[in-house]
This record gives sequence, C-alpha cells and structure tokens, in this order.
Amino acid sequence: MQGALANYRICDFTGQLAGAGATKWLASFGAEVIRIEDPLRQGRWDILRGTEPFIDERRGIDLGGGFNNHNTEKYGITLNLRTERAREILTEIVRQSDAVTENFAAGVLESWGFGYDALKRIKPDIVYVSNCGFGHVGPYSRFKTWGPIVQAVSGLTFTSALPGQPPAGWGYSYMDHTGGYYMAMAIMLALIHRQRTGEGQWVDLACTESALTLHGPALLDWTVNGRPTRQEVQPSSNRSQWPPMAPHGIYPCAGDDQWLAIACRNDDDWRALGTLVGETWCDADAWAQTSGRMADQDRLDQCLSQWTARQDKFAAAEALLAAGVPAAAVQRPDERIDHDPSTANFGLWPTVRHTQMGDVRVDGQPVHLSDTDWQLSRGAPCLGEHTEEVLERLLGLSADAVAQLREEGVV
Amino acid sequence: MTALTGIRVLELTNERIAFAGKLLADMGADVILIEPPGGDPSRGYPPFLDDQPGTDRSLYWWHYHTSKRGIVLDLDDAADRDLFKRLAATADVLLESEPTRRLAALGIDYADLAALRPELIHVAVTPFGRQDPKSDLPATDLTVLAGGGPVWSCGYGDHALPPVRGLGNQGYNIGCHFAVMATLTAVLHRFASGSGQFIDVSMHAGANVTTESGSYAWLVKQSIVQRQTGRHASSVPSGETQVLCADGRYANTGVPPRTPREFASLHAWLRQLGLEAQLPEAVFLEMGATWEGPFDLSRLGQDDTITAVFSAGREALKLIASQVSADAFFLGCQRAGLPAGAINAPEEAFENEHFKARGFHVEVVHEDLGRTFRYPGAPYVLPASPWRISRRAPKLGEHSDEVFAPLRQGR
Repeated sequence: MQGALANYRICDFTGQLAGAGATKWLASFGAEVIRIEDPLRQGRWDILRGTEPFIDERRGIDLGGGFNNHNTEKYGITLNLRTERAREILTEIVRQSDAVTENFAAGVLESWGFGYDALKRIKPDIVYVSNCGFGHVGPYSRFKTWGPIVQAVSGLTFTSALPGQPPAGWGYSYMDHTGGYYMAMAIMLALIHRQRTGEGQWVDLACTESALTLHGPALLDWTVNGRPTRQEVQPSSNRSQWPPMAPHGIYPCAGDDQWLAIACRNDDDWRALGTLVGETWCDADAWAQTSGRMADQDRLDQCLSQWTARQDKFAAAEALLAAGVPAAAVQRPDERIDHDPSTANFGLWPTVRHTQMGDVRVDGQPVHLSDTDWQLSRGAPCLGEHTEEVLERLLGLSADAVAQLREEGVV
Repeated sequence: MTALTGIRVLELTNERIAFAGKLLADMGADVILIEPPGGDPSRGYPPFLDDQPGTDRSLYWWHYHTSKRGIVLDLDDAADRDLFKRLAATADVLLESEPTRRLAALGIDYADLAALRPELIHVAVTPFGRQDPKSDLPATDLTVLAGGGPVWSCGYGDHALPPVRGLGNQGYNIGCHFAVMATLTAVLHRFASGSGQFIDVSMHAGANVTTESGSYAWLVKQSIVQRQTGRHASSVPSGETQVLCADGRYANTGVPPRTPREFASLHAWLRQLGLEAQLPEAVFLEMGATWEGPFDLSRLGQDDTITAVFSAGREALKLIASQVSADAFFLGCQRAGLPAGAINAPEEAFENEHFKARGFHVEVVHEDLGRTFRYPGAPYVLPASPWRISRRAPKLGEHSDEVFAPLRQGR
C-alpha cells in the first residue's frame, strides 16, 4: 500500500516525545523520516534512547522502550557534524528533503551552521519546523523546558487540582504529546502551503504557546470579564467547568484505588441516576433541578460516594450508561490495553519488530483512513542502523565508501 | 492567502469537534458551521459577556467558533437535506460527530456524498470509533479522560484522594487534534491522488495514546504507573518536584543540577541571596561545581558522594523557592540554566511578558457590540501562511443567505 505521505521526505533531528511524536505520525503514514544522530554522543540527545522501560534485563542505547514507541517506522543514520564531510552529506540530504524538523533548545541547529537561512540556501522551498519550549523569539527564548515545565508555566498544572490541595497537574508530559501534535500539524500545514504556492517557510513552534491555547473560554473570561481562574479556594477540577453539571466527578468504588466518573448533564440524567440508585436523597426536592444541585455539590458528592463505594466500577458504569447517564470506570493501563474491546477492535496496539528487541507492542494512531491508513510494523532504528542504506539510496555511495566514512569518524 | 485558503469545511455542530473546526478556520479554511433550528446547546454555556446570559453572549461559544460562518439546516427535513447535498458537492471536508448510523439513515453518509463529490474528506469523530456500538452511548470530556487513561495517572500520592481530571476540555481537544492531523494528512494525499476518503477518529483511542508511559510501561514490561503529587506517575517512586514559594504560589523545580556548571551557578545564586548559611549541605554544591568525570546518576542511592551532591542541589532549590516568589524562582533558575517553572494560573501565563512579546494577544472586533476583545493567539507561527482569527463567532444562521444563494441559483 502506498502511504498517504509517501511523497514526503523528512530530515529529522527531533528527539524525546515532543519532537519524535510529530514525525512518528508522518512516518506511520508512509513519509520517509530520516533521523540524524550524533555517533560520538550515541544519539544521547534523545534521553529516551537508552532509558526505562526495558523489555528484559538487557540495557543499552538501542533498548529504550519509550524511544521505540516514539520512533517506529523511521530510518536512523549517524553523522558526525563536527566533520566537513558529514556536513556535506547533511547538505545533500537537506537538498533532497521536503522538511527539516528539530526540537533542540533555540539556536542549536543554527550554531551547527544549519539555521533557516542556511537551509534555504541549500533548498529554497524547504519547510523548517522548530519546536522548543518558549520558541525561538521572545524574552524567554533561551530558557529550557521539558513537559512538566511547559505545563507549569502555561496554566495546565494549575487547572488540575482538588480543593485544599497543591496542584495535581498532569501525571505525565501531556504537552510532549500535544506539542508533538501541533508540530505535526505545523509541518503538514507548511507542506500544504508549499504545494499550493511553491513557497517554504520556517515555523517557530513554542510548546508553551500551544499549551496556552488549550484554556480557551477561561482566557476569554479573564480578558472580557476580568475573572481569574485563581480563586481564594480552588474548586475541584473534577467538577464541570462549563456548562453547569452536577453531580459531576470521580467517585470511589469497591476495591483498592478503584474509581468511577459520572457526569449528570441535566435533570433527566439526574432522575435516571436516582431511579438506578433508589435512595432517599435521590428524591430530595432541593436537588431536583441543576441549580439546586450545583449549590450543594459537597453534600451531593458525599451521598453519591457512599453509594458508589459499594459498587463495582465497571458494573456501575455499564448500568449508568444503560440508563443514559454518561459514566466511565477510571481504567488502569492493564484494563484499557489488555481487556478493553474498544481499543483492541480499533487495532490500537500494533506490534512492531525491532532489530534488537524483537516484537514489541506500541501506541498506534487513534484514527483510520479508508484509503491510506497508517501502518506501524518496523521498530525504532538502532543507532546508525540505516546509515549504509540511506547514504547509498540518497547519495549513491557504495558500501565501501560508507565503510571508509565510518573509519574516518564521519558516520 | 494562507495554508488552507479556499478549502471548504462543513462542520455539523457538536461541542466535541468545535475546536477542530476552529483550528482549520483560523488557518484560513472556509468553515461553514451547520446548526439545527434553535441552535447548538453550547450557545447557552457560561461564561457570558459581563456575566449576563443571553443570545450571542456565551464566551464559550465565542472561543470555539472563531473564523467560521454559520448557517441553519434541519437535516431531518428533505428540502434542507437537498440543500446540504448541494453544499457538500462544493466541500472539501465534512467534519461531524453524529450518532454512528444517523447520516446513513438520512442518505448523506460518506458513500452517498462521495458519489456527488469524490474529492470529499469525511471526518467522523466519535467517542469509540464509527464501528463501535459504545459510540452511541452518552460521553462527556470527563468520561473520555477517565475511561481513556489520562485520569489514572493524574492526582496525588495519597491514593485515598480521587484521581484528577485537568480542566479545559482536554478530552475533546485530544480528539480534535487527531481529527485535524488526519484531515491534513488526507489533504496532502489528495494532491497526489485527487480523491478524498473517510476518516474514523476515536476519542477514546486518542486519550489512550496520550498517556506517555501510562501506556508504554505496560506495553513494554507490564508495569503499572502510580499517581504522585504534581509529577509523573511512575512504577518507581520519584522525588518531589513541586514547592510552595514565598508568595503562596507553587513552582516546579524541574530536574535538579547535574553538571558542574549548574552546581556552580546554583551555588552562586544561593550566596547572592544570602542563604548559604541556612544550607548545611552547601559544601556538597561546591563539590558538584568542581566534579570531574561523569556525574553518574544511575549510582544514586549507592554512591554516598553522588547521592549527597545530588540531594544538596535539590535542597538548595527548595530553600530558595521558600524564600522568593514563584516568578523570581522561575527566572532565577532559568538564568542559572536550570529548567524550572512557576506554576501559573492561565491568566497569569496569558499576561506574561514573553507571550505578549510574541504577539499572542490578538484583538477581535465584535462590531455588533461596538467592542474589541483580546483573544488567545496562534498555537504556531507560520510567517508565510499566518494563523488569523478572521471573524468573531457567527450568530445563529448569520450566513445562511450568502451561503445558500449560489446553491439556489444553481437549481
């Protein structure tokens, strides 16, 4: 099958999830993504290359489980850009690429002599997308970030909390994922623009800025009404922000660390829940309407929690859904990956073959395209795994010539 | 012209996909929002302009529908359905989140529309995918995030407290990000093939692959991450990263120093603040500053010196944070080369000098009110094809006449 993006070649310097996640999307739709890595530092700029989780007792630069997850279907070559020959080779790769992608700190690629002006001289219509925490322009452009810092400064950590507690934040790098999604969009938008105008460009993506757009109405409530989200007592973020819904929250269930999310959207949902629960508080006049329930959420949650605490989370979710009330068990990783027909039937966890690790399951893509669907079957490249293949294909170098380059410390 | 100028998108209004339409519209697509008679319920969602409920006063609506035109069609009515088909014959993209069998029952599903318009890209965003019967059960942002994995990882070290859902409709946002990525992929493919296709987006699957190691720690080695306060959920407990600063706000300390340069600048900062005497471990900072050879963090807990030096860095950060404001802590750390962050409320982030300098504040004219409001700006900066809010959100049926006129003429 010809992939949707089979016509595109990406010269890829990305690492970690924020960058690698973006080019994983492109690779899964058939783009030829060529990771360029440093042979001397063994590609360690991407710290996931050799870090936990590992599939077995083996350790090493090719065995990081996260790296494999984020770099499936990509090619990997090594270039020692301290050498003139490697820079010539990179120049040729850029000349044959549609886009150059990176998520270094601002200024790194430029310091190697491959900033946008240089790239444009090599290939006038090149698309260059940089992704860093604060972007390449602005007072904080030299500052460094990683996912949790992006989330902290952009408001995402603050808006995830229970009352009387410090911020809970996001228990993972939500903005590494999401920064990657915006980077993928930016690359494709710029490729669409180039297709229609013949013009390339440099997209300056600041992950913190992408994050800031995700608060939408709360920011308008600030700019229009002057209402801050920082309150004397922070409301629970498990409650509905907008529109008013109550009860709305995450409630304890029978067993250890078992939880159930329930969202009563309106009075119909409330009556349906009451019929299912059948306790006296369900008939309280004061709670018959949303306004009454909104005004008394603490007591409402207390009553509902006493009921949920006696229920199995999956059985209760099923019963509520059958009654027409939005509900979901808070699923653990094992439950949603190995025991959830909805993810299994969607084909969400494909197995890829990694040269050293063997067969490993990875995150698939949560979409299906009827004509040109994604495909993930090859694992992440080992360090320099495709150097020979790529240099031969793109530069016409013989195996002997590449062996010579290896000896000279170029690759 | 910008990247998506001239690309016509029909959006069947639904709060789940509103943000996807906005992302396309702000990049120049001609997004025509189709509402049923009476309008979309989210027109009635708070917050409201000046806190006064009323038609066209919902800031929720304002945010999610910028740059779109609005029309009214009753798809249950045969004449309106005919108009819809005529409109679909001029469209590039159909974006919808309808019940899985509704469009087929009305004779306007992908198969019907592709016969009129082979170039059409039909994007269906549903809770569990178009083939999954669960997609027709009620779902909200909360239930998507709870069932799909993110919530399991977010919350507190005290597991008697419920896990936490972060605000901002992030469950919807995830689905919208993938809907847009898939749309752009299909647009790029269409340049080569000339034909459209059907795209099936599962919100549940999207949440499942937006959990970082929540998923891949299980996929790689069947390990379950556990919630920790304000930092990554993890299979192995990690040190705290969240500190309360002198001004009552929190900060994220990021990764403590690991290089001599970082230890030296932290030590210098501590001295500058006159706090060295309060930190008995300061001597270990000096050792860190003059460390020779690799500072091997994998020996943490085994090598007493490495452990002491590393802990001294963490203690110094905690001490400084307790003595200065969150902003001072953030700026001081960053200037010392340490990636730390203040935990901002969204409005605090929005008013930050960095984002202002990058042009993140944009003015949108509401000519009907005779007022101009500040909106959040671009998630990415594409200089050749600029992101732009081309108009305020539409009133109900505001553009019906201008959209229908050419279709009626064609009869």
